[in-house]
Amino acid sequence: MSAATPIEFTLDGQSVRVPIGTSLAAALAVRRPGCARTSVSGQARAPLCGMGICQECRVLVDGKRRLACQTLCQNGMTVDTGTRTGHQG
Amino acid sequence: MSFDVIIIGAGIIGAACAHALAQKGLKVLVLDAHLGGATNAGMGHLVLMDDNPAELTLSNASLAQWREWAPRMGDACGFNHCGTLWIAADAEEMNAAEEKLARLQAHDVPCELLDARALAGAEPALRPGLAGALKVSNDSMVYAPNAARWLLSQAPDWVTVEVQTVSAIEGTRVRLADGSQRSAGAVLLAAGIQSTRFCPELPIRPKKGHIAITDRYPGIIHHQLVELGYIKSSHHSTGPSVAFNLQPRPTGQLMIGSSRQFDTTDPAVEPAMLARMLRRAVDYLPGLDDLTVIRSWTGFRAATPDSLPLIGRHPTREGLWLAAGHEGLGVTTAPGTAQLLAAQMTGSVPPFDPAPYLPSRFQEAA
Repeated sequence: MSAATPIEFTLDGQSVRVPIGTSLAAALAVRRPGCARTSVSGQARAPLCGMGICQECRVLVDGKRRLACQTLCQNGMTVDTGTRTGHQG
Repeated sequence: MSFDVIIIGAGIIGAACAHALAQKGLKVLVLDAHLGGATNAGMGHLVLMDDNPAELTLSNASLAQWREWAPRMGDACGFNHCGTLWIAADAEEMNAAEEKLARLQAHDVPCELLDARALAGAEPALRPGLAGALKVSNDSMVYAPNAARWLLSQAPDWVTVEVQTVSAIEGTRVRLADGSQRSAGAVLLAAGIQSTRFCPELPIRPKKGHIAITDRYPGIIHHQLVELGYIKSSHHSTGPSVAFNLQPRPTGQLMIGSSRQFDTTDPAVEPAMLARMLRRAVDYLPGLDDLTVIRSWTGFRAATPDSLPLIGRHPTREGLWLAAGHEGLGVTTAPGTAQLLAAQMTGSVPPFDPAPYLPSRFQEAA
């Protein structure tokens, strides 16, 4: 794994650069406050278990529901957490 | 403090009975071990069932009471007047839908038949080619754990709730795991499948079920959808079975059921059974396979040999009353159960004939 060629993708409308091999959960954590989604009662939610069980890190990746902790950052992908646009992810 | 009745179990049955007894002016102590029974595990579908006349009478009376409570229950109880669509896959099931329509209309239950086209219009996400459906308009759903809490909170001067594990029932005295005891004029056992801990002679068997729930996808379906084959698969077989049963939660989530298994008390989610249940659901609603399930869990229904609950005096134990064995219908039938039981315990006129539900029916048959 090398950080020489960074991955570039779009997170809530902003361009983000991370090293190759970075999980989307890690990329979320870099961006404060690190939220993945908004709960049904309007509370902020962030990655918790990091192993695909707790379902807290649900995000939209290219329009599909994905778990951030089970997704590797890819060049050109578009990620929407809805925590800044009001989308209920 | 002295109590007229000790209720063991604060699930929906115990809570509804506490509420009804308090309305009769009795002081009630409710003991609950926080084991989490069927009330917490189920869908909370308030559904009119008519497999036999006694089931229809009990669920019909109960649904009327739920509708009367609904405006007062508050948002946390999640009462939602969604109605049920009983889905007929083919001509044979459409005949069953027509028979069900006739039975329900004879009891003035608001319902109507949808042909294939009307069904596709009402629920476009269902697979094409289904024969139609019976729409039962007054069916609803409720978030049962909060509904139980609401019922227990309505008469605080009359209903006291304690988190306690009961270790034995001795006449009208109850021994607790912490070494203390409570006594009252009577004891009511409303502990679902746990009831056989205290009364091993009761004909109650745990019947395991799986449920899965999706992420939020609002607007995919609009009614609770149940396959008419449910009746066949739930009552006419003793082996493991699944049936399509899909509920639109107020959050936009979809609750997916259902499965039935006897002869296990292991609460673990079984991947093979869950997969079978999900395949059945996808068979009816093909778009489901693109959605994300975020949780799955199991629960145990308290099943009796004739699928009717035990409501009334224990056949042999003086001072002990029973309200248990409601299988998958306890949330629906809690209000009617409570009305019947409160009438019997206070010697007042019951709202309908209690005979089909009396626990002594099994003793008489033996």
